[in-house]
Amino acid sequence: MTAVIEANGLGKRYGHKWALSECTLAIPDGKVVGLVGPNGAGKTTLLHLSVGLLQPSAGSISVLGGRPGTTATQLARVGFVAQDTPTRAGFSIADHLRFGRWMNPNFDAKLAEERIESLGLDLRQKAGKLSGGQRAQLALTLAMAKRPELLVLDEPVASLDPLARREFLQGVIAVVADSGTSVILSSHLVADLERVCDYLVVVVNSRVQVAGEIDELLASHHRLTGPRHERAALPRDQQLVNESHTDRQSTIVVRTNDPILDPAWTVEQLDLEDLVLAYMTGAAAQDRRPKLGVHS
Amino acid sequence: MIRLALREFRTEGIVGFALLIALGVLLLVTGIHVVNVNDAFQIACRKAHSCSSTPNPVLTVENPLQHALPLIAMVAPALIGIFIGAPLIAREVETGIFRLSWTQSVTLRRWLAVKLGVVGLASMVIGGLLMWMVDWWLSPIDAVNMNRFGLSSFGYHGVAPIGYAAFAFALGATAGALLRRTVPAMGATLAGFVGARLAVTYWIRPNFASPLYETVPLPINEGGVSFAPGATEAFSPPGVSVSNGWVYSTEAVNKAGHAPTAHYLLNACPAFFNQAPQPPPTGRKSTAGNTGVTLFNNCVDKLSRTIHTLVAYQPGSRFWPFQWAEMGVFLAAAVALCGLTYWWLRRQYA
Repeated sequence: MTAVIEANGLGKRYGHKWALSECTLAIPDGKVVGLVGPNGAGKTTLLHLSVGLLQPSAGSISVLGGRPGTTATQLARVGFVAQDTPTRAGFSIADHLRFGRWMNPNFDAKLAEERIESLGLDLRQKAGKLSGGQRAQLALTLAMAKRPELLVLDEPVASLDPLARREFLQGVIAVVADSGTSVILSSHLVADLERVCDYLVVVVNSRVQVAGEIDELLASHHRLTGPRHERAALPRDQQLVNESHTDRQSTIVVRTNDPILDPAWTVEQLDLEDLVLAYMTGAAAQDRRPKLGVHS
Repeated sequence: MIRLALREFRTEGIVGFALLIALGVLLLVTGIHVVNVNDAFQIACRKAHSCSSTPNPVLTVENPLQHALPLIAMVAPALIGIFIGAPLIAREVETGIFRLSWTQSVTLRRWLAVKLGVVGLASMVIGGLLMWMVDWWLSPIDAVNMNRFGLSSFGYHGVAPIGYAAFAFALGATAGALLRRTVPAMGATLAGFVGARLAVTYWIRPNFASPLYETVPLPINEGGVSFAPGATEAFSPPGVSVSNGWVYSTEAVNKAGHAPTAHYLLNACPAFFNQAPQPPPTGRKSTAGNTGVTLFNNCVDKLSRTIHTLVAYQPGSRFWPFQWAEMGVFLAAAVALCGLTYWWLRRQYA
């Protein structure tokens, strides 16, 4: 199995600030990847690097084995729907499809027209007059009619109402079912991704916190509750994700593939939302730790 | 991709060519009138043998338009830069559409090359057609004034305006890429274009070729020469006009080629300078001024034996080489700006 996206020490800097740093990833082929993280975490930066809208400041990235955005062939292999699904307000839907045809030699005009029709959209309508959901659908139509091997969607549902959100995600599922295209989509809400994704990447504070198959992630993460523990007491095979303590009780989230043997812990399974949350709060705590950890 | 560039240029293109056609109709109708007035005058004055003494009425015909036209011709390239050049990339970035445009199966290099090529060419066509119409309209008037090589009128004649249009367009595109917002890019385009035009007019154009020098005698008539004794440049001869040429300077020089000093002038005409420090009033001659006039004429007469007027100028025959050179300068700058835009976008985005 080849990697759809392979990143090695990838980083992007704006002035002195790193929007993404030390990102090392290998996302396998044929997945629907959810890229989750709070706003400003670096999701868009990572996606722009993968479609060639940005060049890395450090490290390297290869998409479908090639350098993003460098050649027309490479561009044709990746479909992209940008955040807020930009479209030309003055162009009609038909104009947009024509744009797609002129700009992409492999453009499947029939597929695009059928999809627009099945969505109940009028070809003559101006893109500026479409609702957010309709615009997102138009953008998705353009991207999928390229017949890409990888579809990259940047926060495609963030601005949509729940109904449009569901319709859009159903559209994505249909693309995957029809063509087997790999998909990577970002969101700051896990709930959006839970239904469609089978692979998860969590980005917080410009760093990739965790990446892996959702099933594996769920199986290997546990929430342990017990009397107050010190961190040092954890066995080596258990990787601490997040901890919270009251005077008498500790709750920690650990990642391990081995069974938890310490009888003092009550072990619980995590759902996807808890898991992402544990990484987000864990990363936030890590940021504060150096200042507090002087005495240890 | 070419079709896309044309499609995206449609609105600006339609507006541009519509304005051009509207102006064209206006110029055709009034221009025929100008030609007729001129023809009628030429026939009449030839019969009366008074062509050189009678003022040609063509200089006052269609007066408001005659004065507005040079302005329109000089402003047009700036408008092309502002309304066609500046939004080309700025709007793309500002609205986020670039994320759609630059992720299709067309590389940034090709996208930019086609956009700049197609729209830039259209800008040059608009600029060129406008200039061609204005040139035709003004030709009977130019034939009388013979000043198309002049500092400002050079800029609304010939082929140089095609270079201006290309440059203004490229400047707008570059400003848009650098500033990322349409309105500031428009402002920068205007400022940059005006600056470039002035810089070329005053610093670069005079150096396209060394001027020719010619000495002519001082005109021996009152009023033509002015004195200001005591000042460094004490003595200035009247301007000399060269038909269809461009006069850089006229200065008074002695036989050694130097400007006469105030001391020399004072010595040459003590009577005049002691009595009347100002040149006498021209035109009306009062009895009180008569002595002054006589003294002045005597003085000039005396000076003209040793002092001549030195004229530095470009002859009319150099008009077209200068036009091509000016166009070349602006075209080269436009190409450089396109390169800068590509380099910048490449660095920023893909």
